[in-house]
Amino acid sequence: MTILVFLEHHEGELQKDSLSVLGKALQLGGDVDALIAGSGVEGLAVQAGKYGAKKVYVADDPALEKPLPQPRVDVLAKLIPEQGIDTVLFAATVLTADVAAGLAARLDAGLNWDLVDLADQDGKLVGKRPALGDTVYVDVGWTGEPRLALFRTGAFDPVESPAEPEVQKIETQLEDFSTQAKMIEQAHEESEGPSIEDADVIVAGGRGLGGPENFALVEDLAKALGGAVAATRAVVDAGWYPYSTQVGQTGKTVTPRLYIAVGISGAIQHKVGMQGSNVIVAINKDPNAPIFEYADLGVVGDLHEIVPKLTELVRQRAA
Amino acid sequence: MKIAVCAKVVPEQARRIDPETKRLDRSGEQTLNPFDANAVEEALRLKGDGADAEVVLVSLGPERSIDALRKALAMGADRVVLVSDDTASGSDLVASSYALAKALEREQAELVLFGQQANDSDGAVMWAAVADRLRRPLISQVAELTVSDGSVRGKRQTEFGYDVIEAPLPAVVAVSDAINEPRYPSLKGIMGAKKKPQETVSLADLGVEAEHAGEAGSRTEVYAIGEPPPRGETQRIDDDGSAPEKIVDFLLERKAL
Amino acid sequence: MTRPSDFPPRFDVSEAIARPTDPEDERIEVGIAIVGAGPAGLACAIRLGQLLEDAPAVAERLGEVPVAVIEKGKQPGSHLLSGAVINPRALQRLFAGRKRLDELPFYAPVEEESVYFLTSSRAVRIPTPPTMKNHGNRVASLSQLGRWLGEQAEEAGAIVLPETAATKLLVDHGRVRGVRTGDKGRGRNGEELTNFEPGSDVVARITVLAEGTQGHLTGAAIERFSLEGENPQVWALGVKEVWRVAKPLRRVIHTLGWPLRRGAKYREFGGSFIYPMGDDMVTLGMVVGLDYRDVELSVHDLLQELKTHRLVRKLLDGGERIAWGAKTIPEGGFLSLPKRLHAPGVLLAGDGPGFVNVPALKGIHYAIETGALAAEAAFAALQRGEAVGRRGALASYDEAVKQSFVWRDLEQVRNMRQAFGHGFWLGGAMAGAMTASRGKFPPGDSGTEPDADQELLRTNRARRYPAPDGKLTFDKLSSVFLSGNKTRDDAPSHIRVQTEVPPELAELWTRMCPAQVYEPKEGGVEVTPSNCVQCGAITAKGGRLTPAEGGSGPEYTVT
Repeated sequence: MTILVFLEHHEGELQKDSLSVLGKALQLGGDVDALIAGSGVEGLAVQAGKYGAKKVYVADDPALEKPLPQPRVDVLAKLIPEQGIDTVLFAATVLTADVAAGLAARLDAGLNWDLVDLADQDGKLVGKRPALGDTVYVDVGWTGEPRLALFRTGAFDPVESPAEPEVQKIETQLEDFSTQAKMIEQAHEESEGPSIEDADVIVAGGRGLGGPENFALVEDLAKALGGAVAATRAVVDAGWYPYSTQVGQTGKTVTPRLYIAVGISGAIQHKVGMQGSNVIVAINKDPNAPIFEYADLGVVGDLHEIVPKLTELVRQRAA
Repeated sequence: MKIAVCAKVVPEQARRIDPETKRLDRSGEQTLNPFDANAVEEALRLKGDGADAEVVLVSLGPERSIDALRKALAMGADRVVLVSDDTASGSDLVASSYALAKALEREQAELVLFGQQANDSDGAVMWAAVADRLRRPLISQVAELTVSDGSVRGKRQTEFGYDVIEAPLPAVVAVSDAINEPRYPSLKGIMGAKKKPQETVSLADLGVEAEHAGEAGSRTEVYAIGEPPPRGETQRIDDDGSAPEKIVDFLLERKAL
Repeated sequence: MTRPSDFPPRFDVSEAIARPTDPEDERIEVGIAIVGAGPAGLACAIRLGQLLEDAPAVAERLGEVPVAVIEKGKQPGSHLLSGAVINPRALQRLFAGRKRLDELPFYAPVEEESVYFLTSSRAVRIPTPPTMKNHGNRVASLSQLGRWLGEQAEEAGAIVLPETAATKLLVDHGRVRGVRTGDKGRGRNGEELTNFEPGSDVVARITVLAEGTQGHLTGAAIERFSLEGENPQVWALGVKEVWRVAKPLRRVIHTLGWPLRRGAKYREFGGSFIYPMGDDMVTLGMVVGLDYRDVELSVHDLLQELKTHRLVRKLLDGGERIAWGAKTIPEGGFLSLPKRLHAPGVLLAGDGPGFVNVPALKGIHYAIETGALAAEAAFAALQRGEAVGRRGALASYDEAVKQSFVWRDLEQVRNMRQAFGHGFWLGGAMAGAMTASRGKFPPGDSGTEPDADQELLRTNRARRYPAPDGKLTFDKLSSVFLSGNKTRDDAPSHIRVQTEVPPELAELWTRMCPAQVYEPKEGGVEVTPSNCVQCGAITAKGGRLTPAEGGSGPEYTVT
């Protein structure tokens, strides 16, 4: 197997999720290469080596400066057949979803997405992905090569395995249509923290908070954890928090790494919006709350006591 | 201006996978993919009252999808083109994008719109594949869209905030569900929908060769379906004052901090 | 003690009546407007299609859309729920010469049936009361039947308009001109949201109201045209589930007794049904009259309790719940029927006026028959070319219903439900006497009190409800989820009810509602209308359900 991992970068740093996929690729055994595409990005190649890439292809070109997908498809479409790469892995982001899908069309290559795992089973590469609102798991595969895969964010952790990577600069040849889209303004880090759809960590508040003023507890904890604030239908109905933060059957579906439910009973209408979260922690004073049936950690106690102390501990650790 | 909206018809509810075919059970009631309703709405807004603009729906699916696609006509779209063919069954991204691209080439629309994701496969990938096959510039995750003077400008939602991207027409744009609130069809619209042109074409009509169709044209497969891994027992803590520390320990243990 | 009727909702029937207000060229014109895509409405549409097929001159006079069926659910069947064991005679007449009995969407015919009297530990087989014999009848899912009838209606040329609520009866110069459909896209406080779409005036030569139980416009028409019957209408609440089962059930079962109490003071009239649906599904439900008095009574929880009985548990062993739903049934019978079934420009059919045979638990074939008779009367009036809005133009409908088996059947059992107001034993004895005498005993007609007039009492009934275990017994919220209800949270509330009420009334509603719409709070009751599955129980017990935004509510498929 010759595996290539697409490494995404932002403001001079390689993205953690890309590096996590690199770590996963290493588990499959064998050598793993990486691709970094951008402008003035040669320096990032060394970082890739720290996380286990054997060879790092660098496509460094002013035309690749902005994080636009179509030029990257051109780069990959040339690199893959030239180097005989048979497997290309991406950590799913807005950018990489477009790159991977464009590449699938360009090379008539199979693409499986939303994977949470990948393994070699009797010589076949098998991906695992949740489906149907995370109620089933599906084993998926590829017929033919190259095999393209998009991994759900937060599925793995980066693995530091320092090595001196071989760096190979590659030429970029771009199609006319690929450079027609121009980025006029580029996004900067949001000052208010991530939206709940993108957040790695979500702290959600429910009726157990007692009143809208107590959402401050939830906000403080979310801030300390670098996460987003979400709300249940009941509190949104009552006007305590905006509908854009509602998680559940009639709100948003989220799959963060960590979901902390504060004062939420967890009826199924809420559960279906967050049951795909990696780790669920629930804090509620009612020991019979349904959420305790599916949380990973259930804390029966007074949230007014627990949450501020928890926030403080998290802040201390970060410091 | 001609705007083509690429839409999918998905099962209405109780999504389950047929254990025999390992494909989504599409036997129940069907509906227009809710995310595609945003794309239809945006197309209708761009059309405005313009008599010289046309909104055509292009979809790939079984014949009975026509009923669900009529919702778009009821909202105000002008025409539906359904690519329906038994040999298309089992198409994955590679095969579907091929067929859709052929159908869209036939339409020669200035603007091709997609919705945010497919409700059934949770995929947010079709537009990029189609844009590549059409060899057109692509703007995705658009939360605000303006068209002027032969170009299109979109405010694109990313993990880092909003980009603004501009591209010349003809272009492919995928809208996010934040872009608009789809209109309810009026009764007049619903009743008039049946009279609007609804065309069904086969893969052969589009010139899609057998090796690009259905399973033959696909490059992925499904091996098995199973239960998600059990979450495991819930660890219970009754707070005695030490809960915050125990929570932190737990999070560290689970690498969630 | 409090009575629910002491706290009436703020609702006046004049809210449901209006003149057409849309400019003429914006009105939707149809020939015949049928409100409700249930068995009555669809039978009407199908019969009209048949008659118009052979009378092109009449069809032409009805314009571009001769027959339109207006349905508030997502599609025909979404709001349909029943047992059901159906007497096929009405369907056979409707499809005579066009479809065979085996082409109708039924499960197996009823071959064996049992009736049990239950105690908490035993099941005593009792002889099937003559009114309940079901030989020759067919088990069916009403929701599925509705969907199938919807397809037949479209094939017969009708236009079905789903996700459309009919909120007002259009009345002008003393005659019904059609209906006004509901707005869409209003916010919680009635404000217009960005995708606000106003309703439309649908004007028709003749309007058929086939709205089902507690029909909103049916009630308005009855009041507006003074059609009230002898007795007020009363209702029962049915809560049912459908299960996939490991072992096929091969008979139809009804139970009486436990978990209902037999003392007269409780007024707990009802029982349960358990029907096979094919080899791998079973449907079971609990039906209880809403004249019950105990604030702690919860029909949903009684159903959960029923399932813990040895007899029932055995049937469901190894199975899985796949559907849940709730709906009210009119139980006033013959004496609660409106005194006339028509008014200028309008006809009333089905459960709306209340054609239900309570002891036999039958109403669907009456709905189909009255729907078909309404079609025939409407067609005849149009064919005569007379002004159908003229008083008496549609009187042939009443004649036809009075000559039909519908009338005969209901008259025979007219006092039976009322007898059970005297409690189980005496009521049972009276019912037996009524059957034996074919309705001649007792002479005269028994009165009925509205359900909301019953004085409340409190026992500790709730203590015995089983805690939901998620396998055999279930809580209300997960049941609402299973009904497919995805009602928009910020929709305006469609439930009219006083919220500052004494605690016993708050508790009555909390327990009564199978969908957990009501919850007690300081000073009264909290209402969460987005949970509502539009069963109608609140209307019987002191509040008023009005049509919600079209397309909202449950999405039943196999109930």
